[in-house]
Amino acid sequence: MIHDIIAIIQDYWLLLLIGQYPNGPLGGLANTLILSALSIALAFPVSIMLALARLSKWRLLRWPVTALVYITRGVPLLMLILWSYFLVPLWTGADVPSFVTMLTTLVVYQGAFLSEVVRAGIVALGSGQMDAARALGHSSLGAMRFIILPQALYNMIPSIISTFVSTIKDTTLGYVINVPDLTFAASQVNNQLLTQPFQVFFILAVVYYAICWSLTHVANIVERRITRRRAGLSGGAAPVELVPAKIISEQL
Amino acid sequence: MNGFDLSAILRNPEYTAMLLHGIEMTFVIYIGSWLLAMTLALLLLCIRFSPLRFGDRVVAAYVSYHRNVPTLVQLMLWYFGIFTLFPAGLTSWLAAHNAEAIFAVIGLGLCQAAYFSEDLRSGLRSVSPGQMEAAKALGHGYISAMRFVIMPQGVRNALPPLINHSVSLFKNSSLAIVIGASELTHAVKEVENLSFRTFEIYLIGTVLYLFFSLLIMSAGAYLSMRADPVRSARA
Repeated sequence: MIHDIIAIIQDYWLLLLIGQYPNGPLGGLANTLILSALSIALAFPVSIMLALARLSKWRLLRWPVTALVYITRGVPLLMLILWSYFLVPLWTGADVPSFVTMLTTLVVYQGAFLSEVVRAGIVALGSGQMDAARALGHSSLGAMRFIILPQALYNMIPSIISTFVSTIKDTTLGYVINVPDLTFAASQVNNQLLTQPFQVFFILAVVYYAICWSLTHVANIVERRITRRRAGLSGGAAPVELVPAKIISEQL
Repeated sequence: MNGFDLSAILRNPEYTAMLLHGIEMTFVIYIGSWLLAMTLALLLLCIRFSPLRFGDRVVAAYVSYHRNVPTLVQLMLWYFGIFTLFPAGLTSWLAAHNAEAIFAVIGLGLCQAAYFSEDLRSGLRSVSPGQMEAAKALGHGYISAMRFVIMPQGVRNALPPLINHSVSLFKNSSLAIVIGASELTHAVKEVENLSFRTFEIYLIGTVLYLFFSLLIMSAGAYLSMRADPVRSARA
């Protein structure tokens, strides 16, 4: 069993790492990481805008965003992927690669989830910060930009890392629309070998475990550091309440 | 493409039968894996709270594996991988008895057990140790203190994450399509292939999922209100 696993890794490590890259599209682990990083980078600004819209006093802004957040929380990611697989080519009128389809879906999905984290971070700061900033002459937007968001986003760093972890796990669903990621590469290997499915999928599970475990570990370290720092800043008075890292622990 | 027409699908008995079968299968998978997950979670919790250091480590490893490996990969490992290692007799018996659904229940249930047990554990840990001491001082034994003092408070604390994770389990039941179980998403895809009315059938599928998810969420909200009327009223 162990010999088989080592043999598979020796034969196929390049395919699992970068797919068929020089001769075909980039794939494998590299593509998984690029897809996750891109989607979290794009989802982050989206989530801030969604959170601000949800906290806005205008219903016209608040209601559609609230609906969007509820839809993304209530509908499986797979269903959303099918939607974009159908809609994105229809709207753009072009043959869109599955990578872009998956990226669009993940930006919307993670943007909606992250927006709840951002909102919780802003609400957790308390209204005193806003009142003080307004009293010092900041406009509502200026206070948000210079006083509220820097604090809220700093407290959110651990949650962002754990969202990154769940994005990596979400990219596996690209398998359904043939995004050439790590899962896709593993099933290609499996189709070539045919006789050792357990070994192949075991390797796949171990690789995902290694990546997600280490990132979760980093998130925990960062969270501890931030907690300590905040406690130090407030002069050891009342313990500062942080946004819990997994405020809506959405999981896949 | 024809104009938007929902009735073309809803009036067609063949399509509605497919959808109803899909809903039924989704619920079989959901309820089966929920029950499996809850049973296992309670078992894991007992091991965690027992004084055995070894048991504690095993449960921690179990939870860590199931939280850090994507659920889809876990399902694939079960269905494409572990399934083939079973003895031939068991394999053929399973293949004759809807193996896809069985492995969906096993895979999703085992994965969800890790989340449920962590929810329950953090709920119980948030009950202050003074509660146990006070209960003992009032003459409760360990079991009865657990039953009447600690557990009611711990479960109440654990309810919000448990509800969240119950909703995600429902959503995750759609992953069973990858191993070929004929649940709701599968039915949606099938009707799409037959009718070519992509927009309509996706809309129906989305509304169905949304409806059941919101149903689970509101059932959860009702439960939390029953469990803790004072705090829910304040929130």
